[in-house]
Amino acid sequence: MAPLTLLLVIPILAAILSALPLKQSRFAGKVTIVASAANLIFAADMVHRVLRFGTTEALGRFLVADSLSAVVATLVAFVAFTASLFSYGYIVIHREADDKVRRMQGYFVLYNLFVVSMLSAPLLANLTLVWVAIELTTLMSAYLVAYVDTPEALEAAWKYVILTSAGAIIGLFGFLLLYWGTQTAGEIPFTWQGLLQGATRIPPAILWLGFLLSLIGFGTKVGLVPLHTWLPDAHSQAPAPVCALLSGIETTTVLYVLMRLFPVLEASHVANQSAWFCAAGLLSVGVAAFVLIRVHDYKRMFAASTVEHMGIIMVAVGLGGFPGHFAAIYQVAAHTLTKSLCFFAAGLVLVLTGTQEVAKIRGLMKRSPVTGAALLLGGLGIAGAPPFAVFISEFFIFRAAVFSKHYVVVGLLVAFVVMAFCAIMFHITGMVFGSGGVFNGHDSPVICKWAIAIAFVPMLVLGFYLPPFLQTLFEGAARALGK
Amino acid sequence: MAGFGSTQTLIGLDALASALFLLVSLAIVATRQMLATLRLFVIESLLLAVSATAIGIGTHSIHLLIVAGIVVVTKVIAVPWVLKFTVGGEIYGRREIDQALTIPTSLVLSAGLIFFGFFVSERLFFMVSAPEFTLLNLPVGIACLLLGMFTVTVRREAIAQLVGLLVMENAVFFAGAAIASHLPTLAEIAAAVDLPIMTLVFGLLIRQIHRKLGTTRVGELSALGER
Repeated sequence: MAPLTLLLVIPILAAILSALPLKQSRFAGKVTIVASAANLIFAADMVHRVLRFGTTEALGRFLVADSLSAVVATLVAFVAFTASLFSYGYIVIHREADDKVRRMQGYFVLYNLFVVSMLSAPLLANLTLVWVAIELTTLMSAYLVAYVDTPEALEAAWKYVILTSAGAIIGLFGFLLLYWGTQTAGEIPFTWQGLLQGATRIPPAILWLGFLLSLIGFGTKVGLVPLHTWLPDAHSQAPAPVCALLSGIETTTVLYVLMRLFPVLEASHVANQSAWFCAAGLLSVGVAAFVLIRVHDYKRMFAASTVEHMGIIMVAVGLGGFPGHFAAIYQVAAHTLTKSLCFFAAGLVLVLTGTQEVAKIRGLMKRSPVTGAALLLGGLGIAGAPPFAVFISEFFIFRAAVFSKHYVVVGLLVAFVVMAFCAIMFHITGMVFGSGGVFNGHDSPVICKWAIAIAFVPMLVLGFYLPPFLQTLFEGAARALGK
Repeated sequence: MAGFGSTQTLIGLDALASALFLLVSLAIVATRQMLATLRLFVIESLLLAVSATAIGIGTHSIHLLIVAGIVVVTKVIAVPWVLKFTVGGEIYGRREIDQALTIPTSLVLSAGLIFFGFFVSERLFFMVSAPEFTLLNLPVGIACLLLGMFTVTVRREAIAQLVGLLVMENAVFFAGAAIASHLPTLAEIAAAVDLPIMTLVFGLLIRQIHRKLGTTRVGELSALGER
């Protein structure tokens, strides 16, 4: 079996093993960790092949990976690994006394299926199947969002499934229109490559309407303003490791679809795609910056920051040109790596304090230096402080915008990013320093801290050093985004 | 005299199905009873199957005949069964659905949405030449997609919102039957499997919400948000 196929088969096997009716839930947790670790090896193999041959495929071109899909799939595999470690501490060890074994096993079954659906989206060749994979990410994660079974979590889960499913159906209409376009243009295969090659032959009106519906539909799931209302709810109510997957990588796997449409539009000259991407992105960054100021719940804060970062990536893609696209890929990686760490840190804080209210938490550093440091570093990282990855990727975006003479875009973007930075650091410093906060819980299991330590390494390293193989991979991915 | 298999007869059959499809979608917006909306959804799915069959014979597409079969199995049989199985008789029973707008207001707005759907399609057909079946199905599909979205938005009851979602999905398939008649069978099967899973997930979630909160009026849940 080809390694690319194994990337999808391993989590399915892990899901089956997690479902075994055993008397304790630790087995399901351990199986998930081992499977996620094994998947990192297959992801590395995929990257190796892509670097060597440009693309790699399996199952008779049923699965195809190029640089861009390899970047996204590798990020999925990495977050799936760190989140599986965190899940073991957060779900199995921490909640062992409260939750039923079957419930916890169900968590790991859905966890693995959720990971499969996210890995499939960038790897499947046929676009209809890509749509199915994206819809399945919602369906598989619905119960993970509702896992804690509080009224708030159920409300969040309902908003999440109803709005993102409605979005996905609109996106399906967009995809079917694109398919119609490929058929009218002659027998073009319905894949990203096919769309790109046939872009000039597809009737412009169909292509444009297809893109518009895809932007609305998938934009809902990415969390682009004004379709983002469900996102802070769902991403704040789910258990911390699920939030890390939702905010860190699920949004990115869907954004990947919109990113893929960019070069198709560019090739066909049907619309001013740069203006569309920049406008949609700036609106999200701006609204998120204002939401961040008045946020009262630290998990909602990180969720709002996801809306901000999705906007930043949209802007970077919209800027166009190789520097903008390279910065967009860098930002995709930096955001995923940093955001997953932020939600792990938020999980530690919740276990320690028992509250999600920013105002009730003071003096984390004194009470638990590890928790305080994790939250502070996560906050600095995601807000965009040096020497972390987001700083350098945002710097690349600003530079690309200035060089391409998008002065208005860069002006607004810098203003919003600085606003968001101040808002996030204001909330975080209040929680980390000082004294007199509420502490209704206890310290988290050690394995959770290991997950944070592992997540911290790439977030720090990518801030000042991009290994040559990643440089090549990112450059390849940037070229996949167009001229 | 046109025989049963002639293109003209098939176009006529598709036109009839399209008109009824639009009417049933409108009826779903106007219906107050839970069970009635579900029955209307089943009728709508049957009309989708009829349209897919007509286009399938007309364009010699075996795929669409498979689609028609899949629609009957998943939407007419599986979805109502899964809903009944998960949600249970109590919530499923004869209940009134309340919504944010009155029925007459909803109907006026729906008329506007239908008009908009046809307007967009006309603009598209102005630029792209399309076969007869597409001329019928695409406008109805876009209009019913908007009606489904409208239903999701104004209904406060969980199952009614789900029906709105199912109407949206039907609408996309209705347009898709004409514009994407040669989609690979694999894709059709995948999309078909997706729908019962969707219903199952929604149904179980509705059951959990009912057990925990004692109500399925999801429109009234408002614990979350920025204060």
